[in-house]
Amino acid sequence: MLLQAIAFWVFAIVTVASAAMVVTSRNPVYSVLFLILAFFNTAALFVLIGAEFIAMILVIVYVGAVAVLFLFVVMMLDINLTKLREGFLEYLPVGVMIGAALLCEILFALGVLWGKSDTMAALSKAGPPIAAIDNTRAIGRVLYTQYFYLFQVAGMVLLVAMIGAIVLTLRRRPGVRRQRISEQLYRPKDQVVTTVKVPTGEGVS
Amino acid sequence: MTIGLGHYLGLAAVLFTFGILGIFLNRKNVIVILMCVELMLLAVNINLVAFSVFQGNIVGQVFAMLVLTVAAAEAAIGLAILVVYFRNRGTIEVEDISAMKG
Repeated sequence: MLLQAIAFWVFAIVTVASAAMVVTSRNPVYSVLFLILAFFNTAALFVLIGAEFIAMILVIVYVGAVAVLFLFVVMMLDINLTKLREGFLEYLPVGVMIGAALLCEILFALGVLWGKSDTMAALSKAGPPIAAIDNTRAIGRVLYTQYFYLFQVAGMVLLVAMIGAIVLTLRRRPGVRRQRISEQLYRPKDQVVTTVKVPTGEGVS
Repeated sequence: MTIGLGHYLGLAAVLFTFGILGIFLNRKNVIVILMCVELMLLAVNINLVAFSVFQGNIVGQVFAMLVLTVAAAEAAIGLAILVVYFRNRGTIEVEDISAMKG
């Protein structure tokens, strides 16, 4: 139990620290790398709590897809870093004030700041543990039966996002020669092949 | 010392606050703003999974997966829009995006 607590605190502190670095880092590339670190540590926290499937999905989707996408875009765009950092100190007081107010409110609602709240006490009374079957099987049993339509809608969302991203970023630049196989295949025969009657002994000029 | 629901919720609260703080601090950089939105969605996911595990109800984890899906879709579309915008304007400053007077 002590080991679990130590692991929780280590992962939690690294997660929060890397989140802070995401926010304050000077270079967006470092921000993305710290975001990856935060995702990894959150995945470790999920493993610790016993939600292995979500942890693995988190690593695959967030680190494997989203963070790499961010990294590509950050490296692809030629942005002026110093200009983007301009208002940083200007907005610092307001940002910190609002952030602190929000954090205090949430912690107050959780009962961390001001003794135990009733809601929190009610929520902390745990239900029965899921432990009887393993995590992935439990998710699959619910996801593919009760929430099957929701699952399909999620797939639809991904499809729409994919098509949208392709449509947005695809462009035909004029003046660039490239092979269009469909146009080649659809040419009618009389445009491509000409039959020439060759007179004997003279050849074709 | 046992790690309870409150610890996970507190961690999620701190992460969420950092996300909001980042949106305030990096007012000019859309990429970092998108990253901060991802951080906030991560905090929400921590909340969902923590409630799911401590209450013994698997549905929270199913919902966390759906949040993950939406986050991935949002990142893809957002970054695509960003790339197109950069191609047209040559800059990604948020202050310049005012064509719709919103």
